[in-house]
Amino acid sequence: MELNYFLILSAFLFCVGVYGVLARKNGVLVLMSVELMLNAVSINLIAFSALNHSVSGQIFALFVITIAAAEVGVGLAIVLLIYRNLKSPDLDKIDELKG
Amino acid sequence: MWEQDVAFWIIALAMAAASIGVVRSRNIVHAALFLVVVLAGAAALYILLVAEFVAWVQVLIYIGAVVILFLFGIMLTRAPMGGEPGQLDNDQRWGAAVVALFVLGVLVALLVDAFGGKNIHFTDALVEQGKTGTVGDTLFRQYLVPFEVVSMLLLGALVGAVVLARRD
Amino acid sequence: MLDAAWLIPTVPAIAFALITLFGKRMPKHGAEIGIAAVGASFVMSCIAASQWIDRVEAATGHSEGLGAFGKSVFRAAGEQGVEPVVNTVTWWISGGVHFSVGTTVDGLTVMMLFVVTLISLLVQIYSTAYMHDDRRYTWFFACLSLFTASMLTLVVSENLLQLLVGWELVGLCSFMLIGHWWEDLANSRAAIKAFLTTRVGDIGLMIGVIVMYFAADTFSIVGINEYALSSGAEHNLLLAGAICLFIGIIGKSGQFPLHTWLPDAMAGPTPVSALIHAATMVVAGVYLGARLYPVFYEGFSIADGGINFMALIGGVTIIIGAVLAFVQRDIKKVLAYSTISQLGYMVMALGVGAWTAAVFHLFTHAFFKALLFLGAGSVSHSGSHHSFDMKSDMGGLRKYMPVTFATFMIGSLALAGIFPFAGFWSKDEILVTAGEGGFEVFMVVGLIGAFLTAAYMTRCVYLTFFGEYRGHGHPHESPRAITVPLIILAGFSVVAGLINAVPLGIEKFTEWFEPTFAFPHLVHAEFDYGLAVISVTIAVVGIGIAAWLWFRREELGPFRGLTQRNALARRGYVFLENKYYLDHLYENVIVDGTRGVVARAFYWFDQHVIDAFVKGVGLVAARVGRFSYDVVDQKGVDGAINALAAGTGDAGSALRTVQSGRVQRYALLLFAAVGLLSLALYLVNS
Repeated sequence: MELNYFLILSAFLFCVGVYGVLARKNGVLVLMSVELMLNAVSINLIAFSALNHSVSGQIFALFVITIAAAEVGVGLAIVLLIYRNLKSPDLDKIDELKG
Repeated sequence: MWEQDVAFWIIALAMAAASIGVVRSRNIVHAALFLVVVLAGAAALYILLVAEFVAWVQVLIYIGAVVILFLFGIMLTRAPMGGEPGQLDNDQRWGAAVVALFVLGVLVALLVDAFGGKNIHFTDALVEQGKTGTVGDTLFRQYLVPFEVVSMLLLGALVGAVVLARRD
Repeated sequence: MLDAAWLIPTVPAIAFALITLFGKRMPKHGAEIGIAAVGASFVMSCIAASQWIDRVEAATGHSEGLGAFGKSVFRAAGEQGVEPVVNTVTWWISGGVHFSVGTTVDGLTVMMLFVVTLISLLVQIYSTAYMHDDRRYTWFFACLSLFTASMLTLVVSENLLQLLVGWELVGLCSFMLIGHWWEDLANSRAAIKAFLTTRVGDIGLMIGVIVMYFAADTFSIVGINEYALSSGAEHNLLLAGAICLFIGIIGKSGQFPLHTWLPDAMAGPTPVSALIHAATMVVAGVYLGARLYPVFYEGFSIADGGINFMALIGGVTIIIGAVLAFVQRDIKKVLAYSTISQLGYMVMALGVGAWTAAVFHLFTHAFFKALLFLGAGSVSHSGSHHSFDMKSDMGGLRKYMPVTFATFMIGSLALAGIFPFAGFWSKDEILVTAGEGGFEVFMVVGLIGAFLTAAYMTRCVYLTFFGEYRGHGHPHESPRAITVPLIILAGFSVVAGLINAVPLGIEKFTEWFEPTFAFPHLVHAEFDYGLAVISVTIAVVGIGIAAWLWFRREELGPFRGLTQRNALARRGYVFLENKYYLDHLYENVIVDGTRGVVARAFYWFDQHVIDAFVKGVGLVAARVGRFSYDVVDQKGVDGAINALAAGTGDAGSALRTVQSGRVQRYALLLFAAVGLLSLALYLVNS
């Protein structure tokens, strides 16, 4: 099977994730888009693991999953805090650092 | 090998459609459900690439835990459930689309250039390395220290999330 | 223990961490951890010392009893040399150079370990009472522990880099402890002054270390010593290294002209003065001199006799310190100038080839000077209501504070060099070696110093303990935590000298602690009874003259009262006039005429000439600066800068819209930039 099938699918998912991160206003949705990007990375890792017959890629994918779980936990806590302070989960309300 | 190709294309198209759904859906709960489809598709791809342990971890952690967390997040932030178009998006939608397409174009060009013509060979050795035993051996021998570090990171994230989210 | 010497500094270092983390929650607020740790270090140091002594005696092949037969046996046996116990581990490797950490244990090390841990222990015990109710009590003990750890690191270090680390750490601890009461601006200024002044010397030390590395191709102390004594050593390189290292000694050990920080450092709590500015840190310089003695010995050609840089600086410092001690009102400043003067003795002794005498004086001085400082602290704690002013807040305290008085007297006698106290033996050894080694000038300087020392200590004791109480408090004896360390130190001040009582046939100090491996062959002068008698006589005369000057008043006290009453009854005015005349004579003619003029002259020199020089340099720099400011800066550079600033301002206004404050806008730019960069790299490489 061609390696590039997987790589291009993963690039597509990554770019959809980029779009989501850039265009979505709701904090929870931004985090979901980040998950899309992380999954794209995991698919790459697994594909290369199969290409090189090396188990390390799978281990890295496991680490990515673990770290993604941690990231979602902290990220949602932050979104919750934003919601509590601004009465809205929208990220474009936060512009205190405007120049 | 055509069965694998067929399976791949089915999974890939489903994932692509669902990922568009995640970033374009007007209902935030629908977006989360589309995400489940993408994640399950990824797990299916892992099985296709004979990484079965990672596939099951993907199902358990992502679909079992992370999506539930998202749903809780949606509930706690009282996100609007459906309604007018653009309610969940900000004003740089078009810019974002241009940038995303541009990055996609560059990436695809790079990938075709770099890895075009490379094939994955499904051998017995590949099947062997995807087994849980092999992954476990590697994880707890070669990668023991990173494993412990990640456990500390999880603990830190846990404490951090509690500190951030508690009301006091 | 000789191989596990690294434990000795490690224990107080751990104590520092524990006190900082948990000290405030402990029942004694951290003091118990500090005392326990330094106590453990003390025990380990004693074990190390006894093991070293066993090793020396096994190597020199004679037992306890034979040791008393004196140096001929010992020197003959010692020719083979007792190697120091060296243990190292590689710290890091860079460019093929191994940087190691480790321990060197020899006689000098175990002696220093013993002194440092003993005095640290006593000072910590003392501080539990002295610093009671201090607002940063726990932090104080943490600093003391860190100081002890750093000092011990310095002492046991195997190479010069490690020594430098310890050297800087003790400087840091000194800075923190001098400025312990930083709420008072004077204290924090004194801390900064001490830090910066010693830093001037540290630059010299650092250059010296580098010079020695390039000369000997090693940082190892033993290696450098071997190099210095080897026939292949380059004399000019050794001279340059020795001068640079000696500048470090000048800074750290308060030698002229960098001595000015030490009296100001008395702003710190008294236990700190006793530990750091009398017994341990300030002798780090002398220790370095003793440690790398072959470098100085060969570099300054000490064996040839005559005047050399080291002996000269030491000799000048003796006189300067001793004379300045006369004009001080503050008891701690008297002791500080006295410390400077005594450090001068040690440096001078090193300079005249009296290695053993210098180190022996370091050993005895640590005890009696720590004793005097702690005594002064006891006086201020319980006698003068936290004042150190002898003239306005002390006097007559011997009745109220018998223990403090007795121990202070012992310390003063030891400092003055009266037989048979500790100071006599060490000072005498310096003088006799200077005399025999072809350094008669410095012997005379030492004798003058002995006279001055005896006189200023008499003045100090008189003003503090005799006469009428002039303070406004309720003087009483200090608590046991203060008096017990005083008594222990007084005991050492009496007996410490007997360890090298040459005329009694005891030369244990020489035998045990003098290095015999990779070391120049030292001259050991015979004990000179004539010189001993002269030096003691001079000291007694010093005490006598000073006592006559100050006790006269005491003697006249009842007489004066009598004459006043009688004068009122019988002759009236004349006696009053006479009494006034005596006081006038004493205050203005004798005091200002004899000691005042010389002392003030030195003080004036200190304050004006040196100060003026520094100010002059500053003034010239300011002129140059002013000129370049007016002409170059204002006219030329400024115009260009203003134009540039205006341009930057406009560009900033234009670009400020990019700073939307919204994280997703930034992310958009980020991804666009990443895409463009990837594309650019792709196009360039394809």
